[in-house]
Amino acid sequence: MVSRGLQTIAGIWRSRRIPLAWLLLTRQPMRLAVALAGIAFAGILMFMQLGFRDGLFEASVTVHKLFDADVVLLSPRTTSSIGMASFPRRRLVQTLADPDVIGISPVNWNLLLWRNPEARTTRSILTLGFEPDDPIFLDPSISSQARLLQNRGWVLFDERSRPEFGPVAAWLKQGRTVETEVSGERIRVAGLVSLGPSFGADGNMITSRETYQRLMPSSPPGSIELGLIRLRPGADPDAAVARLKRLLPGDVRVVTKAGFEELEKTYWRTSTAIGFIFTLGAGMGFVVGCVIVYQILYSDVSDHLPEYATLMAMGYRLPSLLGVVAREGLLLAVLGYLPAYVAGQGLYALVRSGTRLPVVMDPQRALLVFTMILVMCLGSAGLAMRRLGDADPAEIF
Amino acid sequence: MRSPTAIDKPTGGAAIAVRDLSHWYGRGDARRQVLQDVELSIDPGEVVLLTGPSGCGKTTLLTLVGALRQVQAGSVQLFGSELLGAGRRERQQLRRRIGMIFQGHNLLRCLTAEQNVQMGADLLADLGYRARRDQAREWLRAVGLGDHLGKLPHDLSGGQKQRVAIARALAARPELLLADEPTAALDSRSGREVVDLLRRLAREQGCAVLMVTHDPRILDVADRLLRMEDGRLFDQDPEAR
Ligand SMILES: Nc1ncnc2c1ncn2[C@@H]1O[C@H](COP(=O)(O)OP(=O)(O)OP(=O)(O)O)[C@@H](O)[C@H]1O
Ligand SMILES: [Mg+2]
Repeated sequence: MVSRGLQTIAGIWRSRRIPLAWLLLTRQPMRLAVALAGIAFAGILMFMQLGFRDGLFEASVTVHKLFDADVVLLSPRTTSSIGMASFPRRRLVQTLADPDVIGISPVNWNLLLWRNPEARTTRSILTLGFEPDDPIFLDPSISSQARLLQNRGWVLFDERSRPEFGPVAAWLKQGRTVETEVSGERIRVAGLVSLGPSFGADGNMITSRETYQRLMPSSPPGSIELGLIRLRPGADPDAAVARLKRLLPGDVRVVTKAGFEELEKTYWRTSTAIGFIFTLGAGMGFVVGCVIVYQILYSDVSDHLPEYATLMAMGYRLPSLLGVVAREGLLLAVLGYLPAYVAGQGLYALVRSGTRLPVVMDPQRALLVFTMILVMCLGSAGLAMRRLGDADPAEIF
Repeated sequence: MRSPTAIDKPTGGAAIAVRDLSHWYGRGDARRQVLQDVELSIDPGEVVLLTGPSGCGKTTLLTLVGALRQVQAGSVQLFGSELLGAGRRERQQLRRRIGMIFQGHNLLRCLTAEQNVQMGADLLADLGYRARRDQAREWLRAVGLGDHLGKLPHDLSGGQKQRVAIARALAARPELLLADEPTAALDSRSGREVVDLLRRLAREQGCAVLMVTHDPRILDVADRLLRMEDGRLFDQDPEAR
């Protein structure tokens, strides 16, 4: 088997010809540079637009991902993280009847008004209230600071919140006591956590349910916005969701943690034009790239028409000449994609540090952009090939 | 790589046998006859020169014999295959057995001399890459360009380019060579050299040659001299020039 394979490869290697497509491209460096710049530009545009799109959707669930939970309870009226409706806490307690449920934690969740301690302006901040003894976070650095929250009026502030909330982190690191107002109540920042801004919230803070009650006196004490449920290790979350749905009345909604995240992403995807806008942007990049590559390949074929005709007169078949143009397209795609990929990586790093959005080069998107560039180059090559039909070997004498 | 129709049939062994060939350009009122009842036969190894005033139809005859143009009326037998009514693919297959040398050199600008010649050798499907490359080098040496293998056409003189074109045509091991004023762009000395070379190499290969020329200084290389006037072909006594 192996030796036959090697023989085939050796045969192909033996019967190879002058790499005409490669030479056509590389012996015209200016034209090649323009083509590659165009393709790379289109690729970068696609990487950026799709990266932003996915990054924004991913950012919408930064907080969701923090919770140590397998199943969550929500109000059926809840639409997203900026529209969290409340439900009775006793529904959460009822789930303890299920044999797989080993732990529950009630969480309050709302947008409150934060006053910038320096500029005195106010801004919406996402506030989570939980029982400081409950291990609701996966991140141990949060859990370790949770006992500070047993002091009434103390909060943990997200140091990755946007700067409009004031220089809270800087002050705290200088050892200053940071106090400000939330919803008109005095609070004190007891520590810093690292979460990151999301779609709906430019900043986050975490506090105890008791402090939360003081900041939100209108919310009844027995109601919560989110119920976290931890299952016995090895239990199937989907099966648990199905059982809990049967157990509980219709005034709560039971979803897995993944379902909770999906709900949020779906909200932003369907209720905003974000997906459309960025997909459109990527499409623009694609179209621009197509135009550039087509122009380049078309003029390349036109310039070499007498030479193609000569090859036809020598006895080369039209399909083998079409193959030369196709290979030019393929080479352009590969050569143009590489700089786009590298630049994309660099720009993602820039975006991450500039906007704190979780934009990363994921393999699926890398493949998608490569496929788009491939379609772009081969499609353009296919259109440019029509020009070859004008090569008449009878006209070259 | 021969098409089924390209099998040699015993047509007196001639490389080309043309009978009653007529050709017209244009349609309707603009239709004009450029070839009239042309008769022509060339044997392997024979060198035939064709002269005649401009516009009399020499190039047209060459493109018809070279399977570059569809034959309209009459018969053209190329290595025993009939070209009248032959399809695109059939003609393309036959062209592999013909070497063509053009007035302009028509080299590929982005290929070196060696690579240009190998484009000819690459048509020989049964040879490995190295063998084809070695052949290309050998042909370039044969035309006296052994020191210019890696040069682009841009860096070669007119005569050198035409010699590369000859090497390219011969590298495909043709049975017939068609040349249309190969010396037109050359000064008289390099023109003479190129023609002598062409004849010598063609003789060695047993390859038939049909060459169109206006150059009176090279007529002596011909085994036979033909003259064309207004689309009609006449034998010309070589001594009468
Ligand atoms: N593709 C074409 N369409 C219409 N008429 C053509 C075409 N090619 C050539 N002709 C005409 O046919 C006649 C013969 O042309 P041809 O090129 O065969 O002449 P020639 O003998 O090669 O001339 P020259 O010595 O100038 O190269 C000329 O009158 C020319 O104008
Ligand atoms: Mg002519």
